[in-house]
Amino acid sequence: MPEYILLRHRDIPGIDDLDTYLENDGFKAFEKVVTDQSPQELIDSVKHSGLRGRGGAGFPTGVKWSFLTPGVFPRYVVANADESEPGTFKDREIMEKNPYQFLEGVAICSYAAQANTAYVYFRGEFWDLAQEIEKKIDLLYERKLLGAGLFGTDYSLDIYLHVGAGAYICGEETALLESLEGKLGQPRLRPPFPAAEGLFAKPTVVNNVETLANLPPIVNRGADWYRSIGTEKSTGPKIFCLSGNVERPGNYELPMGTTFRELIYEHGGGIPEGRKIKAIMPAGASSAMILGTEEVLDTPMDYESLPEIGSQLGSASIIVLDETVDISWVTYKTSRFFKHESCGKCTPCREGTYWMYNVLKRVQGGGGDRHDVELADLVAHGIEGKALCALGEFAIMPVMSGIRLFRDDFEAHIGDER
Amino acid sequence: MLAEKYQAEIDQILKKFPPEEKRAAVLPLLYLAQREGGHITQTEVAEIAALLDLDATQVGGLIGFYTLLHDKPEGKIRVQICTDLPCALRGAETFAEELCENLGIKLGETTDDGFVTVEEVMCLAGCDRAPMFQVQEPTGIHYHEHQTLETALEIIEEYRKRESDA
Repeated sequence: MPEYILLRHRDIPGIDDLDTYLENDGFKAFEKVVTDQSPQELIDSVKHSGLRGRGGAGFPTGVKWSFLTPGVFPRYVVANADESEPGTFKDREIMEKNPYQFLEGVAICSYAAQANTAYVYFRGEFWDLAQEIEKKIDLLYERKLLGAGLFGTDYSLDIYLHVGAGAYICGEETALLESLEGKLGQPRLRPPFPAAEGLFAKPTVVNNVETLANLPPIVNRGADWYRSIGTEKSTGPKIFCLSGNVERPGNYELPMGTTFRELIYEHGGGIPEGRKIKAIMPAGASSAMILGTEEVLDTPMDYESLPEIGSQLGSASIIVLDETVDISWVTYKTSRFFKHESCGKCTPCREGTYWMYNVLKRVQGGGGDRHDVELADLVAHGIEGKALCALGEFAIMPVMSGIRLFRDDFEAHIGDER
Repeated sequence: MLAEKYQAEIDQILKKFPPEEKRAAVLPLLYLAQREGGHITQTEVAEIAALLDLDATQVGGLIGFYTLLHDKPEGKIRVQICTDLPCALRGAETFAEELCENLGIKLGETTDDGFVTVEEVMCLAGCDRAPMFQVQEPTGIHYHEHQTLETALEIIEEYRKRESDA
């Protein structure tokens, strides 16, 4: 078995204890950048590593950092720990089992951004986890790994926890910032982007938990080492969250570019009772579905290959749907989710998700007529390209792809007499 | 009054934010208010608003927006079952129905003794350990994963026992 880079607790039990973490090179990377590197050198090296945002968008992390408006301070770093995409449960495992690597990542990112304050924004449901992380942050202050005058330099850093209160949309970075500021968690119009006007209208970097956990190994072992993992354009390891109709659901840390076949059959143990795969949702509920064909199974899971087969990698939340699953029911479930989570700010998403849900619910309940399938598709197209943030676009993907690929599943609910 | 009982904690919360940005403390303060009786009263909304120089509507509006904040009393504990797609593929809908049937209620309802409310909620990031639920009580939220009807009923009994011992 190759070593774990992110889920290191699987190799080193007890790494959630600070002493164990320190014995295993913990906080060496943070010390090295603070004492030995300029923020610009660090940014250049993260750019060179090819690390891309693991929250779903896949934007190059070092490039995102380099957009910070020069000369404007204070700056802030916000760790996005609002993990809420149906099918995604990787950040939770990192924070529960390998928390210091994540916190060291927050510290390294803060130094790169020249921020002296960082916030970790947890989804409210991670209540117990947040209490645990708070204790760990306190311990870092005790050991002088946080606070003023770090490692004998004049760099200082405070990390604060903030707990959200139940809203998927707060995973969207500008909605998260609104929520952190004490407002309704609704996305902002951009520009300005957070790098120019983020938290409290100051230059801000928002990075996902998994993204941040990649930073200590990149600093310790170098950008070239990191690039040697994964594919040319999608570098590094990735935690794939496997769920749905599989024998062994769970998190699997594998190189970017691993195939669906390897993940589902080799690691996930295949499909219960040897059933066939009907469809795969590679980016959680926000996915365009893809067929479970041999060609798809041999596709590498990376940012480039998924669009070529009509979907996206997103946060790599692979939901497997076997041949017994009714796809019209799947779209009913996903549209129920997005209708509930639409923040209500923009009309296409607020009204569109409501109508998609109601039409699909009617079809599901047997009360629909044959125009309803068209209607659901029409509403989805009506949202396309018109919503303020990505939530609206996410909501339509399963619906449009589901109707396109599995129309029979929808029509099966519609009686002949109608 | 929250300020009388929790002044030190309130000060601690406010210290996390720049003084001119104290509005950011509103969610932690709402949780503080909810700790009392599991929901937030109009009086508490007004007090938090005054503390942060906000209108009461700016504070009250948040309660409707965020699912973990409540303005009405329900059961002492809220059993919140995820029935989203990945959990549903692993039997969460059946689990939720059976649990409710066993407690003699429907989804969204509270048991006659006022102790348990069972609700369906959206994804809780526990998809690989379904069926799963969280229990929200006034003082916090706790996950319970890999559940069956039997284990869930046991867990509810434990909460009930702890409540009657307290």
